[in-house]
Amino acid sequence: MTEQHDSYLVFLKRDCPTCVLVEPALRELESAGKILQVWSQDDPEFPGSLTAVGDDRELEQSYHWQVETVPTVIRLRGDKEVERTEGWDRAAWLNLFGTQQLAEDLPGFRPGCGSLSVQPGVAEELALRYGTSSLQARRIEIAELEDPLEACYARGWSDGLPVVPPTELRVIRMLAGTHREPAEIVGLIPPDLQPCSIEKIAINAVMAGCKPEYLPVVIAAVEAALIDEFCMHGLLATTWFSSPMIIVNGPITKAIGMNSGGNALGQGNRANATIGRALQLVIRNVGGGKPGGVDRATLGNPGKYTFCFAEDESEQRWQSVAQQRGFESQQSTVTLFAADGVQGIADQKSREPESLCRSLAASLLGVGHRKFAMLSDAFIVLCPEHLRVFTNAGWSKQQVLDRLFELTTRSGAELINGVDGIAEGMPEFVKDMQLAKFKPNGLNIVCAGGTAGLFSAIVPGWLASGDMGSSPVTKEIV
Amino acid sequence: MNQVVLDPTAELNPANRAVLPRLNQLGGKTIGLLDINKPRGDKLLDRLETLLNNEGAQVRRYNKPTMTRVAPLEVKQAIASECDAVIEALAD
Repeated sequence: MTEQHDSYLVFLKRDCPTCVLVEPALRELESAGKILQVWSQDDPEFPGSLTAVGDDRELEQSYHWQVETVPTVIRLRGDKEVERTEGWDRAAWLNLFGTQQLAEDLPGFRPGCGSLSVQPGVAEELALRYGTSSLQARRIEIAELEDPLEACYARGWSDGLPVVPPTELRVIRMLAGTHREPAEIVGLIPPDLQPCSIEKIAINAVMAGCKPEYLPVVIAAVEAALIDEFCMHGLLATTWFSSPMIIVNGPITKAIGMNSGGNALGQGNRANATIGRALQLVIRNVGGGKPGGVDRATLGNPGKYTFCFAEDESEQRWQSVAQQRGFESQQSTVTLFAADGVQGIADQKSREPESLCRSLAASLLGVGHRKFAMLSDAFIVLCPEHLRVFTNAGWSKQQVLDRLFELTTRSGAELINGVDGIAEGMPEFVKDMQLAKFKPNGLNIVCAGGTAGLFSAIVPGWLASGDMGSSPVTKEIV
Repeated sequence: MNQVVLDPTAELNPANRAVLPRLNQLGGKTIGLLDINKPRGDKLLDRLETLLNNEGAQVRRYNKPTMTRVAPLEVKQAIASECDAVIEALAD
């Protein structure tokens, strides 16, 4: 029940017609002896007819009392909130103020307007200014004459391209992209095996140029990289070319505008570009994995800046990578593969599955070394026009994979050291065996690309595949 | 107020940037002497050159066109690519 010594906080802005409308009601309440403290968000002269109007243009009070709508009236007992009402609703005001009648000439109900404290972009600034920051990362002050971009380079935080300076405001905005707690540790990042919090991932996602809505994908990618089978430590350290390639499946790809079409493996799409880069920056900055340090790559590959794309899932008759790996089409996932660069395969003449399989197989034999078998895994990135050759003939993905497996199986005698005048090759003891080029499940197909062009790609993988190195891993995005 | 950023690393290194490692000996090293073009800086550098030579260091001499501005890029790049360390003479 309302008591005589209760007081009231009222939040208003002149720009809101409902706030202007309620001025006579507030005057009436003040005359009746109610204790009102009015906070005006945009004009301390408004409402001019009331005595206690405070200037809340800095929005500190509005932030503190978590005002979402103006007018908001809060009934206080002492300094504790008892109840509040938003907008103008005579019945609610009568109840709140414990009075029998109020501003009889006003309409019974008018909705309010949005509080300035919850305008887009403002809420995070207020949280930073007046809230208690839960962010734990060390603050680094950049000298007045220092360019923040250059400061990030100078501290070794960049992959070579400019990074977005990770200010606290940007990181708070980034963290709004996930429901997970900033302090949550997702695992130990190699090679330094340092604990990595959601907050550290968010900082690196800011630097990579991500939007907050990409953050769940980045987090899933980091978690996937930490799955034992992926062998991130060895992958980073190897002299071989490989580095994580990220395939994204499911509804999130469309939600955040990823590219699975023309130039899917190339430049120009922010989500593709920055999600892959964010994972690399986490490895670099949190894990300490840098070229010349633990990263011992002889040549590396351009995908070590970023290598991330969405699968084209428009062909319903064909299983996506995620479905093949046990996930439903409604689940969003990331699949990581220890990938080298991209090797093109042109076949503009095959219209039958057998001919196209033979074409693909001929190119697949070159992965790693033509005389190698059972070493690298590989992904084929199948373009839409090649995919159509298979689907028109009713071939499933598994049929294609099975046929490619057969077509890339060779006699060991062709592959051993010294054959064809090439010292490199397989050991002598395999000479009487039939050797598959790829391990079981070592060959995969993902669909992407523009609608014109009978050009698919092979993405070869690390020589150390499977149990001796890295296997593809999939993680659901939550 | 200076801009503040959040540390993206595992915070294993000090927040302030470390200076480059110092030389642990002079013998066999190439030391650049940068004359900033202020009167009598050459006197100091001539003396330093003698002392450095006595320690077994090779010396290369460089000049800034004017003491009032930072060294031209070509001079900085030449020093960085040709020397193990540099001494800049500020003396009058």
